[in-house]
Amino acid sequence: MSFPILSLMIWLPLVGAALMFIPQGSDAAGARNARWIALWTSLIVLVLAAITLVDFNPGIHGFQFTETAAWIPQFHIAYRLGLDGISLFFVVLSALLTPIAILASWREMRRVRDYMAAFLLLETMTIGMFASLDFLMFYIFFEAVLIPMYLIIGVWGGERRIHAAIKFFIFTLAGSLPMLLALVWMWHHAGTTDMLTLMHTPIAPHIQDWLFIAFLASFGVKAAVWPLHTWLPDAYGEAPLPGTIMLAAVLSKMGAYGFLRFSLPMLPQASAYFAPLMFALGIMGVIYISFAALAQTDMKRMIAYSSVAHMGLIIVGIFTFTVIGIEGALFQMVSHGLVIAALFLCVGILLARGHSLRLDQLGGLATRMPVFAAFLMFFVMANVGLPGTSGFVGEILVMIGAIQINFWVAFLTGTGMILSVMYMLVMVRRVLFDHARSIANAVIGDLSAKEWLMLAPLAIMVLGLGFIPSGLTTAFHTAVTDLVHAHVAAMSPPSHFAMARP
Amino acid sequence: MTIFDTMLPILFLALTAMIMLMSGVFSRRDHSFAITGAAIVLFAITARLMFAAPDGTIFHGLFITNDFTRFADLLVLVGAAGALSLSVAFNQRTGITRFEYPVLIVFAVIGMVVLISAGDLLTLYLGFELMSLALYVLASFARYNLRSSEAGLKYFILGALSSGILLYGISLVYGFSGTTAFTGISRAFTGSASASLGSTIGIVFVLVGLGFKISAAPFHMWTPDVYEGAPSSVTAFFATAPKVAVFALLLRVMLGPFAPLFAQWQDLVQILAAASMIIGALGAIGQTSIKRLMAYSSIGHMGYALMGLAAGSLIGVRATLIYLAIYVVMSLGTFGCIIAMSRKGRPVERIADLAGMASEDGRYALVLAIMMWSMAGIPPLSGFFGKFYVFAAAIDAHLNVLAVIGIITSVIAAFYYLRVIKVMYFDAGSPGFDKRTAGINLVIGVSAIATVLFVFYPSPLSTVSSLAAHALFPSQGF
Repeated sequence: MSFPILSLMIWLPLVGAALMFIPQGSDAAGARNARWIALWTSLIVLVLAAITLVDFNPGIHGFQFTETAAWIPQFHIAYRLGLDGISLFFVVLSALLTPIAILASWREMRRVRDYMAAFLLLETMTIGMFASLDFLMFYIFFEAVLIPMYLIIGVWGGERRIHAAIKFFIFTLAGSLPMLLALVWMWHHAGTTDMLTLMHTPIAPHIQDWLFIAFLASFGVKAAVWPLHTWLPDAYGEAPLPGTIMLAAVLSKMGAYGFLRFSLPMLPQASAYFAPLMFALGIMGVIYISFAALAQTDMKRMIAYSSVAHMGLIIVGIFTFTVIGIEGALFQMVSHGLVIAALFLCVGILLARGHSLRLDQLGGLATRMPVFAAFLMFFVMANVGLPGTSGFVGEILVMIGAIQINFWVAFLTGTGMILSVMYMLVMVRRVLFDHARSIANAVIGDLSAKEWLMLAPLAIMVLGLGFIPSGLTTAFHTAVTDLVHAHVAAMSPPSHFAMARP
Repeated sequence: MTIFDTMLPILFLALTAMIMLMSGVFSRRDHSFAITGAAIVLFAITARLMFAAPDGTIFHGLFITNDFTRFADLLVLVGAAGALSLSVAFNQRTGITRFEYPVLIVFAVIGMVVLISAGDLLTLYLGFELMSLALYVLASFARYNLRSSEAGLKYFILGALSSGILLYGISLVYGFSGTTAFTGISRAFTGSASASLGSTIGIVFVLVGLGFKISAAPFHMWTPDVYEGAPSSVTAFFATAPKVAVFALLLRVMLGPFAPLFAQWQDLVQILAAASMIIGALGAIGQTSIKRLMAYSSIGHMGYALMGLAAGSLIGVRATLIYLAIYVVMSLGTFGCIIAMSRKGRPVERIADLAGMASEDGRYALVLAIMMWSMAGIPPLSGFFGKFYVFAAAIDAHLNVLAVIGIITSVIAAFYYLRVIKVMYFDAGSPGFDKRTAGINLVIGVSAIATVLFVFYPSPLSTVSSLAAHALFPSQGF
C-alpha cells in the first residue's frame, strides 16, 4: 500500500482537535493556542489536498489513492478509502474552505476551544465522507456531521439559533434514517458494504424504487432540494458566518454527491424512472426559490436562498444522464462552493464592521468601501453566471445537457437563471449603490490584509476556472464518462431485470 | 468434578454473599464501604471464574452454562459493578449508607446468574424470584423517603402480579407439554403440527411475566414511577443488570423451548417491540425529570432490542446481544452523570438543573452529551451500531414495518435527547454541581471513552456476540 494520504487528511484534524484539550495555563492561552492549532492543522490538510490534486491521474479508470484495512471483518465491512474524479474536488473544496472558515472566525471570543474543535471535527467528517468507499463509513461520516454542526449553530449562532439548530438536526436525521434502512437492505442483499461491489450488484426494479426514495429523503434534505429545503433558511440565517460557509459550500454538496455516487450507479432503473420527478423538483427549486429570494429583506438570507436555487440547477444537471450535463453539475458544484463561500465572506466583512444585514438599512457602500464593492460585484456576477467566471461554465454545460433531454426542462431552468440575475442585482443595488441609509454605514474601512487573503484566492480561482474550464473537466471526464456508460449499459436490456413499467 | 467446576462461580458468589451479610450483621461498626468494595472485587473474581468454568449441563438439565450465558453473566456483572461504584457517593449524600445495600445487590446478581443459566422452568422461577425479592427491597431502600417507599410498594405489587402471571404460564406450559425441562418442552412442541390453545396461552403468560421485568410496553407502567422514586443509585442498577439478565433469559426461552412455536409468538414480540419503541419515544417528550426521561428511554431501548428477538434468527440474537452490551455501558455513563447531579449535598433531578453546564463544567457536559447522542443513535457513537445491527436483523427477517416504526421513533426520540444537550449547551447557566467522587469519574470516564472509541474497534464485540449467539443455535456452525 502506498502512503496513506487520505487517512492522514481525515484523521489529522481529529488529532488537532484533541490537542486543543490538553490543559493549558490560562483560558486566554488555551484560546490562542486553539486558534493556531486549528489554522495550522487545516493548512497542512490543504497542502495534502493539493498534493492529491497534483498526483491525481485523470486518465485512470476507477479509484486512486485507495486504502483498505480490516474493520468489522465478520460482516464484510471494511475501512475503504479512495478518490475518483468526482470525489477529488469535493475533498479539495473541503480542505480549502476549512482554513478560510477558521480565519473568518478569528475574532470569535466565546468558548474558542470548543468552536475550533467543532470546525476541525467538521473537516474530518466531510473529507471522510467524500473519500469513503464503504457504505457504512460513508453513512457514519454523513450523519456525524450533525454533531459539530448542531453545536456550531446552537452555541455560536444568532438570535433564533436554538430553533434553527434543532430544526436542522431533526430534519437531517429524519432524512438520513431512511438511508440507514437502505444501507441495511443493500448490505443484506450484497453481503458487503463495499461501494464498488454495490455498484455492480443488480437490484430488482421495484426495490430500486424504494431505495431511491430512501436516498432521495436523505440526500434531498442535505442538498436542500425543494420542498425539503425548509430547514435551510433558518440554519443558514442563524449559523455563525463560518458555519454558514461550511453549510452552503461543503455540506450542501454532500447531498448532490450522494445522488452521483449512490442513486445513479446503484439504482440506474429507478434513477431513470424518477428523473422527470427530479427535473420537476429541480426546476421548482430554481423558480420558486428565486421568487422567495426576491422577497427577502436580509442579505444573508437572500444569499442563502440563491444557494438553494443553484442546487436545483445541479439536480437537473445530474439527472440528465448525459456526460455534459453531469460535468456541468459537477462544475457548478465546485464553482458554487467557491462563489457562495466568497459571498458569505462578504457578508461577514459587513458584519465585522457593525453593519446591519437588513437590505433597507444598507446602501452606498460602493463609495465608502470600493475594494469590497468590487469583490462583491465580481462574486455576484459569478453567481449569476457571467461569461468569464466559473458560474457561466457550469450553467451552460447543464443547459446543454438539459436541452439534449428535453427542451422545456432547459427552458424552465434557464428562466430560473434569469430570475437569479434579478434578485442578485437587486441586492447589489441596495447594498452598494443606493444612498447610505443608516448611521452604521458611517463606520468606514475597506478590506484588511486578512480579508484580502481570504477573498483574493477565491476570486482568482473563480476567474481561472471561468477562462480555463478544461483544467477541471479533464480531471473528472474519465469518471463521469464511466458513470454514464455504466448507466447506459445498465439500462439496455440483455439484463434479466428488463424494465417492465407501465 | 464437572458439576463443581460448572457451579464454582455461583457457589463462590453465594458463599461470599453470606459471609458479607454475616460480617455486616455481627460487626459493631458500619462496614458498608468495605463491603461495597469487596462486592466489586467479588464480581471481578466471579467474572474470571466464569471464563474458567467449562460448558456444561448439570443437575439433569436444570442448569446450563455455555458461551451465551457467559456473555450475559459478564454484562450483568459489569452493570452491577458499575452501579455499585456509582452508589457509594450517592448513598452517603442521601444518608442511606447501609451494609445491606451491596449485599442485596450481590443476592440479586446471584438470582440473575441462576436465571440466565436456567435449563428448566423451575430454575427459571427460582432465579427470577431471588432476583425480584432483592430488587423490591432495593427500590424502597431509602425507607424514610416517601417516594422511595412508594416506588418499592408499587414495584412489589405489580411485580408480584407479573410473577403470578409468569407462574401461571409456566404451569400451563407444563400441563400441555408434560415437562418443565427446556429440552423436553421443545421436543413436545416440535411434534405437534400446530400449538394447542393452552400452550399458546402459557407462552403468552410467560412472555408477559418476563416483559414486565424488562419494562416492555404495554407492561411498562411501573418504570417511570420506580425509576423516579427509587434512589438514583438503585435506578442505575435497575436500568442495567436486571434488564440484561431477564432479556437473556427471554432470548433463551423463546428461542429454546418455545422455538417450535415461533410462528405463534413472533407477531406478539413484534407488537411488544413496536409498542415499546412508540411509548418510549412519545412518553419521554413531556418529562421534566431526567430520571423519568431515562425511564422512557429505557422502555424505548428495550423495544429496539426486542426487534432482534422478533427476527428470531441468529443474526437477530447477535444484534440484541450487541445492543444490550452497548446499552449497559451507555446507561452506566448516563446514570453516573445523573448521580453526579447534586447541589450543596442534595440531589437534583430536573432537566432544567442542567442548564448552562457546558460553560460551568465542560467535561461533565461533554460526557452527558456523548451519552445522549449515543442513545439517540447518532454515529459515530456506539449507540448507532446497536441500532444498525438490530435494523439489519429486522430487514434480514423481512420485518420491514417494524424497521420503519423503529426509524420513526428514532427521530422522535432524538428530539428529547437533543433537548438535554440543548439545555446544557445553549441555555443560560445555573450554578455547578458538587465535586464528583473518583468512583463516579471513573465510571462516566470509562463509559464515555468506550462509547466514543467503539467505532474504531467494533469487531471484538461482534466476534464475542457471534460466539454467544451460536451457543443458542447449536445447529448452525460458527
